[in-house]
Amino acid sequence: MKTNYIKYVLVLSLVILFSCETDEGQTVATLNTLVMAEEFNVDGAPNSELWNFDMGNSINGWGNNELQYYTDRPENVVVENGVLIITAQQESFDNFQFTSARINTRDKFEFQFGRVEARIQLPVGVGMWPAFWMLGANWEPLEGDDDPTTVAWPAPGEIDIMEYRGFEPTIVHGSMHAPGFSGANALTKTFRIPNDRLDSGFHIYGIEWSPDAVNFYIDDVLYNQITRAQAEEIEGANWVFDDEDQEFFILLNLAVGGDFVQNPSSADIINSGALPQRMLVDYIRVYQ
Amino acid sequence: MENKVYKISKLIALLSLGLTVFLASCEREFSDDVEFATFPPNGDVFIDNFSPGLDFFPFVGDGADPQAFSVVNDMVFSGTSAMRFDVPNFGDGFVGAAFNTTANRDLSEFDALTFYAKASQGATINEIGFGVNAANGNRFQAAVSGLEISTRWEKYVIPIPDASRLIDETGLLFLSEGASFEGDEGGYIFWLDEVRFETLGTIGQPRPAIFSGQDLTEQAFTGSTLNVTGLTFTANLESGENQTVIAAPSYFNFESSNTDVAIVNELGEISVIGAGTTQITAILNGVLAEGSLEITSTGGLPFAPTPTVPEANVRSIFSDAYTNATASNFTPNFGGSTTETSIVSNNGDNILTYTNNNFTGIIFENTVDASSLGFLHVDVFVQDGTSSVDIQIRDIGPDQTLETDVNTGLPIGDDADFRFTLNGLTQGQWTSFDIPLSGDLVNQRDNLGALILVGGPNFILDNIYFFTN
Repeated sequence: MKTNYIKYVLVLSLVILFSCETDEGQTVATLNTLVMAEEFNVDGAPNSELWNFDMGNSINGWGNNELQYYTDRPENVVVENGVLIITAQQESFDNFQFTSARINTRDKFEFQFGRVEARIQLPVGVGMWPAFWMLGANWEPLEGDDDPTTVAWPAPGEIDIMEYRGFEPTIVHGSMHAPGFSGANALTKTFRIPNDRLDSGFHIYGIEWSPDAVNFYIDDVLYNQITRAQAEEIEGANWVFDDEDQEFFILLNLAVGGDFVQNPSSADIINSGALPQRMLVDYIRVYQ
Repeated sequence: MENKVYKISKLIALLSLGLTVFLASCEREFSDDVEFATFPPNGDVFIDNFSPGLDFFPFVGDGADPQAFSVVNDMVFSGTSAMRFDVPNFGDGFVGAAFNTTANRDLSEFDALTFYAKASQGATINEIGFGVNAANGNRFQAAVSGLEISTRWEKYVIPIPDASRLIDETGLLFLSEGASFEGDEGGYIFWLDEVRFETLGTIGQPRPAIFSGQDLTEQAFTGSTLNVTGLTFTANLESGENQTVIAAPSYFNFESSNTDVAIVNELGEISVIGAGTTQITAILNGVLAEGSLEITSTGGLPFAPTPTVPEANVRSIFSDAYTNATASNFTPNFGGSTTETSIVSNNGDNILTYTNNNFTGIIFENTVDASSLGFLHVDVFVQDGTSSVDIQIRDIGPDQTLETDVNTGLPIGDDADFRFTLNGLTQGQWTSFDIPLSGDLVNQRDNLGALILVGGPNFILDNIYFFTN
């Protein structure tokens, strides 16, 4: 009996290996050289050689009517037991009712093309809007800056590797924004994970970014491919993602409220009783 | 195929042999080869027909309409048939039934009872769930209270608090719905279809609660029994909505932080067994329940002083020392009353405990003629607080009817009363009162019909009797 069982396992794994062969209809980037690995193995504040903190509420809630005030305090962002913890809290802070955190790798780790993935456990509840995403390195903050090389969004491009709405605990969103397709008109697709939830355990969220296409996957499921050809069917579209030297940086944040989560009132969020909520990140890895 | 069958029977023979060896030598551990017998993991309840062994048991004894249920094929969500329930109008009974199977099921691999439902009008099902099982005293009953259903087919999910408990279940579905009051919805129809236990994998954020999630404190004494109440299990569904289920106590593991003070059994019954302080908490499937109860026990409750008045001079209402002159109603449930009353045995001596009293009474079933008696005796014990309790001794007059002005609380008609304040109470001690039948009772005390108790801290009464010296 046992021998037979092992045979079956072997046959099964062969089938799985064979099924990894690429579909001729897809553009696939097969990238296995690790160029960046943030494993969050040192307790305390996130490694300052890699991470910057975004603070406050920017302009109009980071342009999305978000309700939180971002801080760099351990109450909102800390590494513990090998995991980055971003915590959304309900508290009075500088005239805001919620605090949370947003960190980015600008000027510290920027790159173009490759496979980017992170292992994340998501929060849940009304108003929770976590994201694992990237912006073009020439992104000009909403407040503006003195740097003539930066340009206003969406010209730098944006790739949302993972976005999620706390009231839909089984659905992940993967999106791209650039001139011609941004904001509500972004190229986007959602995926509903079968027989599981995104807040009850860790899942791997990633993209494979090649010059002409970006593949979006969760765990072992590729659920979205956005291509240059698809984008260029849109009038005025500019596929900035393979522009020469157009590097991107990585962001992680947990917003509270805002347009994407349908603008719940502060009272609705507080009364739901869900806060505090945490986004846990086990690692981020980039392969080229 | 034949070869395979032979192998299986050989395996069974081997297993039986293993079992025999085990029986012969009681000290041995189970072999790894032994597989315990389990009931079939069939989750179907009603798909297009009654699933194996399923039968319909209307709650006729409680007034349910046994004709309210039928299987129909003119209104289905999927397949060929559905369950139809005709909810009677107010006053004509209700829909109430259990659907139990004689083919016991192992439901431990599932995480929810699901079904599609639709009603002829927007309605709220009073209670729907599973685990009604007379054989085990509804040990693992779980139900949603107030499930709102609409006029189109929608799927509903009742999360299982802890499926690992459900290895031998017969109660697959029960429901109860009716017009609870004039104006509540009635005279309508609802349908259920595709009723089954499922493994959804999309149920998360388990949040069990006891005492409705509150942290309570209570005074008690050795020998008293309290209950864990407000037991619920809340989970987040795929829809993002939280669903709360009323869960039977046996889903929980209860804990007492000091088992010299109190212990809790699996039915959530707390027995106070000593003096001191303990905290009662609970865990459901590894998750600490919100809510707790801190019990401070002052130890054994002393006995009230033993009455010494000769029986011939007494007309007793409540005392182990005398034969009662009349039976009484100790829980009249006056409208607006918050009082909880119970008769508790304190090492064989019955006492009356009053909790959260605003106003309540003791209503005599037959009036007492106290024309020849001069006093009412009562013993009062308080554990905390030393404020007073008001008592009103009421004569209900020749018409034998308790008549009270609802606005003033004063006696009207042919009623008369005397009001007295039980004060000077001492914490942890019995205080005895001999109250003279004064005031309006001087001339009218041949139809004493009630004692009214107003306010006070939580208190205990004993030895209530009318007497003369």
